[in-house]
Amino acid sequence: MNTLSLDSSPRGRLARWLLAIVIATSAWLFAYSQLTTFADWLLNALTLSRQTAVGEALHFFFYDTPKVLLLLTGIVFVMGIVQTFFSPERTRALLSGKRQGIGNVLAATLGIVTPFCSCSAVPLFIGFLSAGVPLGVTFSFLISAPMVNEVALALLFGMFGWKVAALYLGLGLLVAIVGGLVIGKMHMERHLEDWVQKIQAGQASHPVRDGIGWVGRFEAGTAHVREIVGKVWPYILAGIAVGAAIHGYVPEDFMASIMGRDAWWAVPVAVLLGVPMYTNAAGVIPIVEALIGKGAALGTVLAFMMSVIALSAPEMIILRKALKPRLIATFAGIVAAGILLVGYLFNLVL
Amino acid sequence: MKDIKVLGTGCANCRSTVDLIETVAKARGVPITLEKIEDLPAIVAYGVMSTPGVVIDGQVVHAGGVPTCSKVESWF
Repeated sequence: MNTLSLDSSPRGRLARWLLAIVIATSAWLFAYSQLTTFADWLLNALTLSRQTAVGEALHFFFYDTPKVLLLLTGIVFVMGIVQTFFSPERTRALLSGKRQGIGNVLAATLGIVTPFCSCSAVPLFIGFLSAGVPLGVTFSFLISAPMVNEVALALLFGMFGWKVAALYLGLGLLVAIVGGLVIGKMHMERHLEDWVQKIQAGQASHPVRDGIGWVGRFEAGTAHVREIVGKVWPYILAGIAVGAAIHGYVPEDFMASIMGRDAWWAVPVAVLLGVPMYTNAAGVIPIVEALIGKGAALGTVLAFMMSVIALSAPEMIILRKALKPRLIATFAGIVAAGILLVGYLFNLVL
Repeated sequence: MKDIKVLGTGCANCRSTVDLIETVAKARGVPITLEKIEDLPAIVAYGVMSTPGVVIDGQVVHAGGVPTCSKVESWF
């Protein structure tokens, strides 16, 4: 009885959480250091050699799958904790009454850490407007939140290193800030659907958030892992499988002619291709890595990736319920232009 | 009789929230009326910014993500 009451006390629970996190972190670090060994061992066990196409493809698969899943689990857990500090209500309070400019910068930045799901894009959009967040600032948030997310950053960091991840972060924020500023300057408030314009006048009630301790934050972290990793792992496996096939079977430099930096039309084509496709960063990035390995230009491929994530047709359909066609078209046009610019800039710089 | 409304635009999380509430209420033997609200103006009128949201007897008690099992139990 004594141990039972000790275990269920808040202090006991926190101590157990901290212990579990220390153990899990050590196991994570060990597993991450053994990735190549693991892939080599598995390939040997299958009596295959990396000299063959099938061996090279499988090695890519055996190496990348655990690597991506480990990185994703780690980052998603940390972000799940970070997000408990930034509820949409809190972000809205931080943004309300902010001027254009500083407000756009803040909105784009908060877009990284505020939990966001495209299925609640409209309630969030209206929640922001009704609290006096300017339209352009709201759009900065709406562009940044899906595009600059922890999954994309974690995978870019894992596969291309911190420089590419930082560039993606910086340029993604830039697209969101400038895009929101331009939409704000165009004064498109009357292109909101009529029911939205009516709501703007009245302030809606706030749901009360209950106070959350560290145990609650850790629980939110694991819940976030279950939700995100549980949802995206099939995409990741599919993405890595496609990536592995490209890696093993597509000849070296094959992509250089189609998606290389000399092909000026490659960036717009990549952006257009990305619009009807709807997947998350997790599914695209392994393919992106394999394409780059075959000589595709980084800017072109990143433009494709941004377009897939930020300009998805399903999200447009959801937003259509609150925005009139002109505003949707403006939003899509400005984001597309921003992504184009990023693509060309990357190709020029790298 | 508790009057419960689940606010959501029909994503997977909203369906699991409905299922969870039904299961818990049945297990506890609490009579409820459960309604799913998918109409966006109605959702927004509750002031909910992240779905799924849960409304009990006109009061928003939860917003954003599937509520935890223990949280749902605390409502009954």
